[in-house]
Amino acid sequence: MSTRNIGIVYKKELTEALRDRRTVVSTILVPLLLFPVLSVGFGALAVALVGKARDEVPKVMLRGGEDSPAVVEGLRKLEKIEIVPETPGWKDQIINKEIRAAVEIPSDFQANVAKEKSDTVKIFKYEGEMKSEFATEKVEKYMKDYRDKVVKERLAAKNLTETVLKPFEVKQENVAPPEKVSGAAIGGLIGYTVILLCMTGAMYPAMDLTAGEKERGTMETILSSPISRMHLVLGKFFLVLTAALGTAALSVFSMGVSFSVLSHYTGQTAGGRSAAAGLLLKLGPKTVVSVFLMALPVAVLFSAVLMTIALFAKTYKEAQSYLTPMTFVVIIPALAGMLPGVELTPKLSLIPILNVSLLCKELVAGTYHWNFIAIIFSSTCVYAAAALFLAIKMFQRESVLFRS
Amino acid sequence: MIEARGLSKRFQDKKRGEIRAVDNVSFTCQPGRIYGLLGANGAGKTTTLRMLATILEPTDGTAIVCGYDVVEQPEKVRANVGFLSTATALYRRLTAQEFVEYFGRLNGLDEATLKKRVDDIFSRLHMNEFRDRRCDKLSTGMMQKTSIARTLVHDPPVMIFDEPTNGLDIMTARTITAFIRECRNNGKTVIFSTHIMSEVEKLCDTIGIIQSGKLLVEGTLGQLREKYAEHELEEIFVKVVTPHYVAEEAH
Repeated sequence: MSTRNIGIVYKKELTEALRDRRTVVSTILVPLLLFPVLSVGFGALAVALVGKARDEVPKVMLRGGEDSPAVVEGLRKLEKIEIVPETPGWKDQIINKEIRAAVEIPSDFQANVAKEKSDTVKIFKYEGEMKSEFATEKVEKYMKDYRDKVVKERLAAKNLTETVLKPFEVKQENVAPPEKVSGAAIGGLIGYTVILLCMTGAMYPAMDLTAGEKERGTMETILSSPISRMHLVLGKFFLVLTAALGTAALSVFSMGVSFSVLSHYTGQTAGGRSAAAGLLLKLGPKTVVSVFLMALPVAVLFSAVLMTIALFAKTYKEAQSYLTPMTFVVIIPALAGMLPGVELTPKLSLIPILNVSLLCKELVAGTYHWNFIAIIFSSTCVYAAAALFLAIKMFQRESVLFRS
Repeated sequence: MIEARGLSKRFQDKKRGEIRAVDNVSFTCQPGRIYGLLGANGAGKTTTLRMLATILEPTDGTAIVCGYDVVEQPEKVRANVGFLSTATALYRRLTAQEFVEYFGRLNGLDEATLKKRVDDIFSRLHMNEFRDRRCDKLSTGMMQKTSIARTLVHDPPVMIFDEPTNGLDIMTARTITAFIRECRNNGKTVIFSTHIMSEVEKLCDTIGIIQSGKLLVEGTLGQLREKYAEHELEEIFVKVVTPHYVAEEAH
């Protein structure tokens, strides 16, 4: 094994890669810009939109209630709600977002309540529409408060305490440290991102160094030099691996910066503070190193597999059509790892990509299951070694190199 | 010196089944002489030369290049061969100098020797003016010179040219033919393939006519003229190849 020859190929490929706009964009610019744009831009926009929706004074139409003046009066006094009188076509008005909701007070409502007869107040809304949901929430809260008040008065009239209705309380309390709570929420995202960007980072150089070389007619040039095909493929492979890991490293760095900026920004507004708490994430050096160590065999796996597939193609375009579906093969298990409730089991820890995605979630939360780490690291290493072996073999096949 | 011994190459084609691209071809090329492999498109010239350059492995037979076996010691063979064809393109994102240096390093030259060799070749081929220009910004002539510089950087004793002037304008083609002559004058063993009769007449010491993967006839131009009682090489070529064309059509 000549490390000198591998080094010569690597250095040359690196020089060329850094002069290739497509590689620079996919390996450096995309990971650096993706997160600021996605998290800060999109997050800030979401916070602003939600805030704006909350600040809007929604129109709520009142149906009935002529014989229940006290209830209607209470509704009218509600802050940030405008009660409007009933007009025909109120359902369409909700659908067309002219009004946000409608509340229907049945006839003799107040009298029925006084007589302790059961009755129903209906709220009509546009489900899933944020502003309609806000308006509904306010009206519902008012009606529930009113009901609680009635209950209290009835109990008092009968000389009973509230414990008659509520003999005991049930309370949930979190004992997990805050970083673990945030880890569970966002750890999956880190794993998913690292995996996906390892793949996108490797993709362009993998195509450029194989199918691209065939298309530009340099394959025959390099094959006529004395370098062995194994050294050649290893030199190329290390460049693709560098791109994969470089992309992943830049993406984690960019994500860290984006989240801290986002939490700083949302922390300044009262509404955003609670949202920010959920996103707040402290990535210690131990976590970063652990995630990286686990990403290493995944990056090896991707680099080797992508190179092997791209080598079959005669042109860059053909390679693209082979590799684009590969993105889905990676996204699906990586996404599955993000799903809440999916946890590591011995069987799942053998499924490539999904296992690392799940493990990253644990690592970010600060949990180190050493058995799983050992299984996942070694199984991914085995897959990666097999893929690399396949890539070397493919590079020695004339039918692949000179496919026509 | 090149000695092809029963070189054969078979490919599997999904539609046509087994194809004998090169079928039991034997010949010898001597140092200081140019061997011209003459054949129509698809005759097996490129496959033969690719086997000599160890880019393809023979299915049967072998060749000895500079004392090394193409099957057993392909890397040693490549270190002694300069291979040039219209298919051997340049790395577009490297400069002319970086490109030549890359191949020098792959041929095991140390940095001091490499620098001396590159300076010498670039001066000899008048390439200094564009040595720092990227290959994608070079004219066709400059590209050909850069390719020549690549084949020369390790000063190989054997040169293999596969249709080197194919598709080139007349001036660039002349640069290549002049270079091939220079290689012979420097005592190198030269083999080159073409389908252009005039090139063979001008350059070759020995001519081999290849058709359907078989080497049909071999000799100097004088010997072939005498044997086929024709003066023009084109007429000789047609006489040699025609029976095989008919056989192929019938098949």
